[in-house]
Amino acid sequence: MKFWREPLDVDQIKVTQGVVTVLEERCKGCEFCISYCSRGVLVMSQKFNRKGYHFPEVIEPKLCVNCHFCEVICPEFAIFSQEAPEAANPGASAGQGD
Amino acid sequence: MAGQAVLTGTHFINGDEACAEGALAAGCRFFAGYPITPATEVAERMSQRLPGVGGVFIQMEDEIASMAAILGGSWGGVKSMTSTSGPGFSLMMENIGLGLCTETPCVICNVQRAGPSTGLPTLVGQGDMMQARWGSHGVYEIIAIAPSSPQEMFDFTIKAFNLSEQFRLPVLIMADEVVGHMNERVVIPEADQVQLVERSKPSEGPDTYLPFQPGPDGVAPMATSGEGYYMHITGLTHDEKGYPVMEVWAQEEMTQRLVDKIQGNLDQILDFEAIHLEDAEVAVMAYGISARSARGAVLALRQAGFKVGLLKLNVVWPFPEDYVRELSRRVKAIVVPEINLGQMVLEVERLAQGRCQVKLVPHPGGGIITPARIMEAVKASLEETS
Amino acid sequence: MSAQQATLPQAEHPQDALLRTERIPHIWCAGCGIGIAFGSLMSAITKSEIPRDDFAVVSGIGCTGRLAGYIHLDSFHTTHGRAIAFATGLKLARPQGKVIVASGDGDLLAIGGNHFIHAARRNMDMTVICVNNFNYGMTGGQLAPSTPYGAKTTTTPQGSPDEPFNFCSLAASCGATYVARWTALHIRRLTTAIAEALNKKGFSFVEVIAPCPTAFGRRNKIRRSLDLLKLYYDNSVVKNHIAPGEATIDFDNNLVVGKFVDVERPTFLDHYAAINRGEVEAWPATGVDASAAGKRKAG
Repeated sequence: MKFWREPLDVDQIKVTQGVVTVLEERCKGCEFCISYCSRGVLVMSQKFNRKGYHFPEVIEPKLCVNCHFCEVICPEFAIFSQEAPEAANPGASAGQGD
Repeated sequence: MAGQAVLTGTHFINGDEACAEGALAAGCRFFAGYPITPATEVAERMSQRLPGVGGVFIQMEDEIASMAAILGGSWGGVKSMTSTSGPGFSLMMENIGLGLCTETPCVICNVQRAGPSTGLPTLVGQGDMMQARWGSHGVYEIIAIAPSSPQEMFDFTIKAFNLSEQFRLPVLIMADEVVGHMNERVVIPEADQVQLVERSKPSEGPDTYLPFQPGPDGVAPMATSGEGYYMHITGLTHDEKGYPVMEVWAQEEMTQRLVDKIQGNLDQILDFEAIHLEDAEVAVMAYGISARSARGAVLALRQAGFKVGLLKLNVVWPFPEDYVRELSRRVKAIVVPEINLGQMVLEVERLAQGRCQVKLVPHPGGGIITPARIMEAVKASLEETS
Repeated sequence: MSAQQATLPQAEHPQDALLRTERIPHIWCAGCGIGIAFGSLMSAITKSEIPRDDFAVVSGIGCTGRLAGYIHLDSFHTTHGRAIAFATGLKLARPQGKVIVASGDGDLLAIGGNHFIHAARRNMDMTVICVNNFNYGMTGGQLAPSTPYGAKTTTTPQGSPDEPFNFCSLAASCGATYVARWTALHIRRLTTAIAEALNKKGFSFVEVIAPCPTAFGRRNKIRRSLDLLKLYYDNSVVKNHIAPGEATIDFDNNLVVGKFVDVERPTFLDHYAAINRGEVEAWPATGVDASAAGKRKAG
């Protein structure tokens, strides 16, 4: 995350790390999640699902801040995010990942 | 404002009012309707009586809304009803179909007036009989009953509710203006003498309950909204779970179910009176107000020595096919008086298949068929077939 | 990823609890906005403290009408335009129930318009969600009462000569107690609005401006749903509590969104109970002075 002035307590603020799950078979490839992810976590996969649609895949997993916007904008209930378990997320804090 | 649901006693009321009292005695606690001559008195009586017995009356914005609302009321777990006449009955047709497809118990009283269109609003007709059977689009069976007196308006309304609850479908009361507006003695029994049938409820839990899986009697138990079954109810062709299936097999299964639950239970549904038919040479088949005229004609002819009998239909749909087929084998003629230009007579012709003469005594609407006209027709039939 | 996912608490979509998952994927086209509105509705239901069993969702016919078939609550998919009338009966028979009507613009306000205005007038206690995609999608994109003037549909191939309804203004003028409009991209505010509507006693109405790329967008040369979503969002202006009549849908930077009405008014059942308890004065409340009759000259 970028700041115009670095907060004094930046080393103490934890930014949530999210993990995105894509339910590929539900996806119809509208790209809403990819376009509106403010962190650029997703791209369109080259693969097809059984219905013949491309679906999103996670290319920048560490950038996800678990804002859930992909989850609420998806008209297909095909993607959701949840907070990464602590163990899988060592030292995740503001300033990292950029 | 507490009132008595069953107004036990002897009353001098008209048929519309008797219909409302029958509904209340049957446990109807929701009425949605729209004013229309000659059925308005049913709604008026319900609006006056329902609040006192813990029910709700609402005057909707039209008959389409009224019909939709009573379907909703029924799924809310309350016995529900509406009343109307020709123009309103036409408007209700689509949602009667929804009630049939979703197997929703409710009662519609059509106090028939002369049509087509606005016709003769204050005068009698029996021109909606085929509309009752076929008016909503698609494939289905219906139950329709025809009262011929205010007393029958009371009795048959209870019967209509019982049939609708037992077989899970909209039941039509095909009354007429004369029966609706005629004031007569109506005897209302003690509350504990009123025989009521309630819809069967699911015995299974939500995980296994299938809202359209018929039981042994061909009828599926019915859950009510709010009971935690999370059922899906649709007017689309659906499977036992209630889910839409756009396939021929599903259409076949569903329509077969709708037909079977009626055709498979005819012994419990059919209701007619055979009067002096044992040795009759001519039978008169009639329903509604025309059955009153026919009874007068038949009794007078019997006194004069003519071998004539009356088949009075109480339930008009489903039609008593086997009985009429058998009757056509042993009489010379079946005379059918009805206040239209030939509707139920078509069923008789279809079943008689030329085995006996079938004679219509028609009336275009606006008045009743007098006993004298029926007597003339019977005598003419006797001459023509001797 | 795989090792990490194994430790995640959830493998199912959070909305699955309210979905008939065996029927997903649903029938709506790629990029259809109904799914977003549906998700918002489910989020609002989940957040509400109303018992799950008390909800009933009623819909009519059309794309949005199919919503009832996907929600794992008591759900009724009725006839075209008649959802509100059906819902009225359901509510009156079971007043403790929370009745939601989900309808498209054509279903709710063309064929069902009469029921809409009368239910609002009576303040029938229900929440009506209208997914407005400016056309009849299910039948392939015909003129709706919401189609913008000049927009092309299959039955207005040269452009619509009709002027559209302003649904929010109509709802407000008929007496709705809660009226809001958001686009499908204002997701969080939309969810809040639906949650407020669910908690509102009376006739509450939420309009969702949603993209229909397949039928509406395509005929108007906006094939990508993303572009429709953006068109609606970018031209929207939030004007809470503006007079509903001024809450225009103008695609030139004045597509007004926000909460327009939030008032209290007795419902039909409140009035029905009070009247039948004899608590309401006879009309007219001032009475009539019989001695004055005929004294005033006509004209």
